[in-house]
Amino acid sequence: MAPAVPRSGDAIFANVERVNAELFTLTYGAIVRQLLTDLEEVEEVNKQLDQMGYNIGIRLIDEFLAKSNVTRCVDFRETAEVIAKVGFKMFLGVTASVTNWDTEGTCCSLILEDNPLVDFVELPDTCQGLYYCNILSGVVRGALEMVSMKTEVTWVRDMLRGDDAFELQVKLLKQIPEEYPYKDDE
Amino acid sequence: MAREVSESCMDSLLTEIVSSYCNRFYANKPELAARRIEAIGYQVGHQLTERYTIERPRFSDHLEAIKFICKDFWFELFKKQIDNLKTNHRDNKFRWLSRMSGDSSVEISSAAQDSSTMSDNKFAQATSMHLYFPCGIIRGALSTLGIPCAVSADISNHPACNILCVFHELMRRLVCDSDKGVAVSLHEFKWTKRYS
Repeated sequence: MAPAVPRSGDAIFANVERVNAELFTLTYGAIVRQLLTDLEEVEEVNKQLDQMGYNIGIRLIDEFLAKSNVTRCVDFRETAEVIAKVGFKMFLGVTASVTNWDTEGTCCSLILEDNPLVDFVELPDTCQGLYYCNILSGVVRGALEMVSMKTEVTWVRDMLRGDDAFELQVKLLKQIPEEYPYKDDE
Repeated sequence: MAREVSESCMDSLLTEIVSSYCNRFYANKPELAARRIEAIGYQVGHQLTERYTIERPRFSDHLEAIKFICKDFWFELFKKQIDNLKTNHRDNKFRWLSRMSGDSSVEISSAAQDSSTMSDNKFAQATSMHLYFPCGIIRGALSTLGIPCAVSADISNHPACNILCVFHELMRRLVCDSDKGVAVSLHEFKWTKRYS
């Protein structure tokens, strides 16, 4: 049987159930606002957003793999491209670009110029140090961990802090080999 | 064409915020967790209503406002319409009961638990926690339109979900118009949730 052809981000997005992005944007905003009220410390909110993103990412990867027909990526370069072109598109409806590769090919940046999470959002002065979109870094980290890649994901540029784009640096720390439940010598 | 995101984004976000509040921030304090989740919904309902009504003239009366919430607003939000809208006159309190039939494919999957062993009670708890969010949206929306109310959900007849809105104010206009009733077209409402 011929292997299934990987589907484009546009094709997948056109075929999934979609909702009004405004509802999503406002819900996320309300969540961040509530977290700031309840947790008080901006650093704590950053941490919790990342944790929430991680929890979402480890599950979202299943939907990604099921709908995209992506086969195992040859290398981290391919992985990054797939996240940017297929992953972001099929969920958030926007594509990212991949740049700033290091020489070893283990570190790159995902650039998002269009980000539904931040539509109409402005950060008040009281939120210095807040990484508003930190849930995204968690999602990427969680999803990659489920496909055996341990990564460090950090924000380099943040439009809500005055930069001209959102830049997420993804650094591959370790490729965890697949573990089999049974040892060969048993 | 309004911007869209996948439904799974919304679902994941909601599931995760419920889980965070119930299991991490206010573990063992479900009342507090519920209030926070409802507050988040309230904020959303408030802001959405403000945006949707910017271009519209003010509603002439409460009935018009409620009809807007139950038809246009609800549809924009959930892309479906409410099944059934009833008024209930009892002891001078006016109650609106909207009934939505839940999607029969509501799944409960949990890494730690087999769904077949999850007791009915826990399922009801998990579901009702999620429902604080849409209840908050409705309360936020109605309040923003000048109609203070209390909103709760009853899922004892799962997959049907009854949303109960109790209005604090006595609406005399409603008494006069109640003969006409409020006709809302019947369509199935689906709310697919994954719990883990």
